[in-house]
Amino acid sequence: MTAESGSNRRPETGAFFQRDRTWHPPVLTPNYKTSVLRSPQKAPLPFDNTLSEIAGPVFGHAMLGKLDADLIHNFARPGESALGERIIVHGRVLDERGVGVPGALLEFWQANAGGRYRHKKDGYLAPLDPNFGGCGRAITGEDGGYAFRTVKPGPYPWPNGPNDWRPSHIHFSVFGHGFAQRLITQMYFEGDPLIWHCPIVRGIPDKAAVETLIATLDMQATIPFDARAYKFDIVLRGRRASLFENRLEGN
Amino acid sequence: MAQSLDRLRESPSQTAGPYVHIGLTPNFCGIGGVYATDLGATMVNDKTKGERIGLRIRVLDGTGTPLKDALIEIWQADADGLYNSPAELRGAADPNFFGWGRCPTDMDTGLCTFETIKPGRVPFRDGSLMAPHITLWIVARGINLGLHTRLYFSDEEKANAGDAILARIEHRVRVPTLIAERNGDIYVFDIHLQGEKETVFFDS
Repeated sequence: MTAESGSNRRPETGAFFQRDRTWHPPVLTPNYKTSVLRSPQKAPLPFDNTLSEIAGPVFGHAMLGKLDADLIHNFARPGESALGERIIVHGRVLDERGVGVPGALLEFWQANAGGRYRHKKDGYLAPLDPNFGGCGRAITGEDGGYAFRTVKPGPYPWPNGPNDWRPSHIHFSVFGHGFAQRLITQMYFEGDPLIWHCPIVRGIPDKAAVETLIATLDMQATIPFDARAYKFDIVLRGRRASLFENRLEGN
Repeated sequence: MAQSLDRLRESPSQTAGPYVHIGLTPNFCGIGGVYATDLGATMVNDKTKGERIGLRIRVLDGTGTPLKDALIEIWQADADGLYNSPAELRGAADPNFFGWGRCPTDMDTGLCTFETIKPGRVPFRDGSLMAPHITLWIVARGINLGLHTRLYFSDEEKANAGDAILARIEHRVRVPTLIAERNGDIYVFDIHLQGEKETVFFDS
């Protein structure tokens, strides 16, 4: 893999904005029980980004396969397709300054239409779909835009409380331009009543923050007689202009 | 009223969950044929410059039990201390070293292994050289926001003593939590999520 020179823009080298940890779920969310033994108890060490956090790997479009952004077909037998509600998920990756983030690698994974993951640790009753693997990836274009096709994942029960259910969701892993922007989150679907019952969602303190993870039905982007569309934008940490920063060379 | 800053807010994090492998290392969990290889599985080739080293990393929960469903990513400079990144303005990094790797913890043992090279030194903001280090990012079920830390090397005592980040650790007794122990060509590093030996995690 080599860095792509897809843009004439000068590379940005400013440090990233401080992360607002009150906007994210705290490390310890006791109603999401697994967090109890996996949450650091000491305060994290704060420091302004060094080059180690400012720099990050670049993934070129050349690494993508033809069906990487088509979960309906990328695991299916020839001529067949995954079962379920056909949807397109699209949106932009932006940073906190509101500018698009080009060249961002997005990786997504999800349960099938019945709420079952293709994973040996998932023993839910709902059957596997022989034509659905559940993973895909895309790299954003110059404006930060991306799109992929999939089936809407089903909700499923999970062993947290005696009767907890995850709302329908798609996991997203995002690489921006610096390693400090690295983020994993989940996308939910507009109108799903399970969102507000979910202990993982409810780990996010602010309802307005939760709402930024709910994709909107986008009828304009829907393909008639084929697939509905949902719009989901993702925001990564913004960064300072490097003009007034200490020069990394130290002069 | 003053002008609005018109800033957006970062998307809130959500846990990677127990099935993170499906998305990030599908071949590892038996989903073959979608991607040729899992991203980040191989870091060095025959032409990569630098000293070959192995990392053996575990992530331990509050009871000392290794996590068997975690995923670790590492990010490091090349042997000359240059990052393979557009933000690297000091020179061109080794074209045979991407600098980034990804490894899920073994589902039975919890062990995570990387074959890489020892990184060179990278400057701190003031231009002084930091000790050789590797940046780590850890996600798993039960971790709500990816954990950021560093791995330093036990055989770099002098450089470690002058490192600007290690110097910021107020409780000196915690510094060794960031130092991997050398054993031949292998560095062994246990990350403790909680307890007396809790690893120093970063907010940067």
